[in-house]
Amino acid sequence: MAQDNAKLVYDRPEALVDRAHHYCPGCGHGIIHKLLAEIIDDAGIRENTIIVAPVGCSVLAYFYLNVDGCEAAHGRAPAVATGIKRVHGNSKHVLVYQGDGDLLAIGTAETIHAANRGENLTIIFVNNAIYGMTGGQMAPTSLAEQKTKTSPYGRKVADFGQPIRACEMINTLEAPVFIERCAVNSVKNILKTKKALKKAVKNQVEGRGYSFVEILSMCPTGWGIKPVDALKWVEDAMIPYYPLGNFRDR
Amino acid sequence: MARGEPEINPERCKGCELCVSACPEGILAMSEGFNKQGQVYSECIAPEKCTACMSCAIICPDSAIRIWRYAG
Ligand SMILES: Cc1ncc(C[n+]2csc(CCOP(=O)(O)OP(=O)(O)O)c2C)c(N)n1
Ligand code: SF4
Ligand code: SF4
Repeated sequence: MAQDNAKLVYDRPEALVDRAHHYCPGCGHGIIHKLLAEIIDDAGIRENTIIVAPVGCSVLAYFYLNVDGCEAAHGRAPAVATGIKRVHGNSKHVLVYQGDGDLLAIGTAETIHAANRGENLTIIFVNNAIYGMTGGQMAPTSLAEQKTKTSPYGRKVADFGQPIRACEMINTLEAPVFIERCAVNSVKNILKTKKALKKAVKNQVEGRGYSFVEILSMCPTGWGIKPVDALKWVEDAMIPYYPLGNFRDR
Repeated sequence: MARGEPEINPERCKGCELCVSACPEGILAMSEGFNKQGQVYSECIAPEKCTACMSCAIICPDSAIRIWRYAG
C-alpha cells in the first residue's frame, strides 16, 4: 500500500471463497454472490447457512460461497430447501438461489407452493430475462419483442404470453412475509439490494417466514451486448416493466 | 473530502469495465497490456483524485477491487 496511514475499508468478504469464478465479464451473479457473502459475514451465520443452488449459470454457487451447499434438480430448489429447513428447523438458515428459467419455468409449481405454505426460507430470484447457461434462450421473463436464440424475431406476446412478474404473482398469496424487487445495475441499486437481502435473511433467522427477493441482473453474453450497455438495458428496458420496490414487509 | 486508493487485482479482473462506468471521478481506465487470461484490466490513472467512495469495488462482479482510505 502506498501510504502507511491507509486503512482497508472495502475488501472481499470472508464468506466469499478467494477464487476466480466462472461467470462471464459483467455478469450480475458475481455481484449478488458478493452481497450474500457480506450479509452472511455481518450476521455471523457462516457456520449455520446452507445454500441450495439451482440449475443454471449459478449451479456452482456453493463453490464460491463458503457455506454448506446442496444442488437441486432443475426448478426443485424450494422443495429441496423445504426438506432441509424442516429437518434442521431454526438451527440452519437456508438460502434458495434461482434463475428465472429455474424458478419461473420448470420450477413454477415448487415456487408457488413453497411460497403458499410460507416456508421459512429466503428465496433469491435472479431475473436476467434469459436462459444464460444454455446459451440465451427465451425465458418466461424475457421482455415482449426481446430477441433471444429461441425468439429470433422477438418475443411475440400472442404466441408466448406476457413476461411473468414474479413479485406481483407471489404477492397474491397470503403467507409470504417479505417481497421485494431490486436490481444490481448501479451502485445505488446494489446497495438497496443488499438491504433487501439482509432483511430477507434476518426474517428467516428470526423464524418469521417466507421472504422473496427478485433481483434484476445483467446477462451481457445472453443479451449479446457489452457489460456497460447491459447496465443500461436493465434501467431502460427491464425496470419499466418490472418496477423496483417493496411489495410486502410484515 | 476523504482520500484513498483502489487496489485492483489485474489477474482477477475480467475487463468488463463496470468499474470504469461507476467511478464518479472518472479515474479508472482499461490497461494497454493484457493479464494472464488475455484480458485488458482496469487501472487507476489518477489515484490522487480518489475519494475512497467504493463505487468501483461495489459494482465489480469479480471482487477484484479493494479500497484503501487514508486517515486525516
Ligand atoms: C430437467 C432439465 N431440463 C433442462 C435443462 C437445461 N437447462 C440448464 S440451465 C437451464 C436454464 C437456466 O436459465 P436460468 O434459470 O434463467 O439461469 P441463468 O443461467 O440465466 O442464470 C436449462 C433449461 C436441465 N439442465 N435439466
Ligand atoms: S451466460 Fe449470462 S448469466 Fe451466465 S455467466 Fe454469462 S453473463 Fe452470467
Ligand atoms: S469491474 Fe472488476 S472485473 Fe470489471 S473491469 Fe473493473 S476491476 Fe475488472
